Amino acid sequence: MHPILTNARTIPAQGPHLTTAALRRLTARPIHRLRGLAAGLALATLGLGSVPGPALAQSLLNVSYDPTRELYREINAAFTAFWTAQGNPAPSLEVSHGGSGSQARAVIDGLSAQVVTLALASDIDRIAAAGRLPADWQSKLPHNSSPYTSTIVFLVREGNPKGIADWGDLVAEGVQVITPNPKTSGGARWNYLAAWAWAEKNGRDPREFVGALYRNVPVLDQGARGSTTTFAQRGIGDVLLAWENEAHLALKEIGEDRFDIVVPSVSILAEPPVALVEANIQTDDQRKLAEAYLAFLYSPEGQAIAFRNFYRAWDSSQAAPEDVARFPALELIDIASLGGWAKVQPEHFGDGGIFDQIYVQP
Amino acid sequence: MKAPLIHRSPMPGLGLSMGITLTMLSLVVLIPIGALLLKGASYGPAGIWETVNRPRVWAALFLSFRLSLIAALVNLVFGVLLAWVLVRYRFPGRRLLDAAVDLPFALPTAVAGISLTALYAPTGAFGSLADQIGWKIAYTQWGILIALIFVGLPFVARTVQPVIEEIEREVEEASATLGASRLYTLRHVILPMLMPAALTGFALALARAVGEYGSVIFIAGNIPLVTEIAPLLIIIQLEEFNYDAAAAIGIAMLLISFALLLAINLIQVWSRRRIGHV
Repeated sequence: MHPILTNARTIPAQGPHLTTAALRRLTARPIHRLRGLAAGLALATLGLGSVPGPALAQSLLNVSYDPTRELYREINAAFTAFWTAQGNPAPSLEVSHGGSGSQARAVIDGLSAQVVTLALASDIDRIAAAGRLPADWQSKLPHNSSPYTSTIVFLVREGNPKGIADWGDLVAEGVQVITPNPKTSGGARWNYLAAWAWAEKNGRDPREFVGALYRNVPVLDQGARGSTTTFAQRGIGDVLLAWENEAHLALKEIGEDRFDIVVPSVSILAEPPVALVEANIQTDDQRKLAEAYLAFLYSPEGQAIAFRNFYRAWDSSQAAPEDVARFPALELIDIASLGGWAKVQPEHFGDGGIFDQIYVQP
Repeated sequence: MKAPLIHRSPMPGLGLSMGITLTMLSLVVLIPIGALLLKGASYGPAGIWETVNRPRVWAALFLSFRLSLIAALVNLVFGVLLAWVLVRYRFPGRRLLDAAVDLPFALPTAVAGISLTALYAPTGAFGSLADQIGWKIAYTQWGILIALIFVGLPFVARTVQPVIEEIEREVEEASATLGASRLYTLRHVILPMLMPAALTGFALALARAVGEYGSVIFIAGNIPLVTEIAPLLIIIQLEEFNYDAAAAIGIAMLLISFALLLAINLIQVWSRRRIGHV
């Protein structure tokens, strides 16, 4: 049952409760005029409630995280063309961007998103725990529900004056590292875990290594974009730990002559997942639209757009060769080999977890 | 004889105006704060204490309240001076300056934070000058202080301004004819009259600074134990979906603010008694 429809039905039912005495107490105006007003109001509400179902179903809200603005601007345009070409009316697609965690909280608190495309599986797990989508959401779509992936690379100043080549160089004395706060930024958790994975691979004590790394961080911004600004515009720090797509975007937007990208030997396979929010699907038509939207992300055309926006997607059949060739091969560790988000999230980023212990010894 | 619980006022309209006031207050102030306290109550005093009694939370609370107090003190002095200049002197651009005082109210705090950071970062106009003498402003406690002074600036100026406007010239002239020096007149005649209003402004500026988040977050650096403000800790707890702990820190801030405001109020009552009217 659509909430607006139920609402419309209850309004006229309240009519008789408004007795003439009550009306007289409310106002000194002649009562018959007020009756007319009440009837008019009830009619107006009915009119609002009787918006035809299909028109409602053609809207879709995609709640996403911060660095996907450019990606979904292109996806939405391409999907609208694809959807109307199939004889459907043009859908109204909206995307909301923000920190992955706060976006998840907004959906839990009732933001009516039909589709979520967030930075971390653990954020969608939270929405599932609130009962808005099934707990096994991640198995519903291919590749762990991640139509595109990315990894963490280094952005350094032109010419790499501090000679930074790999994770080990980040803990050297006098090197300033810019990365957002893993407590408030989804991307920053991937940064942290990439450093952790490298330390494990190279026989260093990961706890000590990550601690030394964060002691070289002079500014902990709230999100990935904030850190990019601090590094690129404010001139703070020697190296920015960034999403690969953010690093390429920064080169494109700010100038290739000011920064270089350094790809470390080992990094993390960041899988930003997507899901259909079952509880917010109102009609079958809307479900069809939302499912087609998610499927479009996996289509050769959608994948080509992801490649063009500097994401490592899966299907390069329609992608421009230079978009694919941009990504150097490196060893990528996935989250499952670190124990999965259900284990990693509380252990590292929970209250009093390993990240907190870097600053405050328990 | 027992005093009646409600004194009926001879003025009409008490019921209606009281009803509207209470409804509005409940909707926007009392119910949200009640919900916060209720959340805290369900968590229990022991839980709240456990959340707050950690070095990192104490450091953030101490930082927030210490810098807010300093910022409010700076604003107290600067705001009285500003109000004095705006009322007592006539100069070109006075009205423009007068209007500009309110800008910190109108500007979104994020815009303020970003512009202050751009200016005071080592690449910025002031930041690069300070950098040459080895003084870092943005991303240190200095940066937080500047942001807090910015957001609290209008309060003291605006509360003191009407009081200065009302001071009769004769009072100063009488003081002068009785042989008082200008400084003596200022200290013993003018300032005591401004004190209650200035303290009100001080309390408002302090309260505003304690709760400020939007502008500080850009300039602070947000390093735990060093430049991490208490409101950020609340946001961090929310990011972890830890609503209880967030409410606990919120309640701690509420209690400390309440104690500070109460103290300021008492000083105010005392200063009013001193100048002869309560």
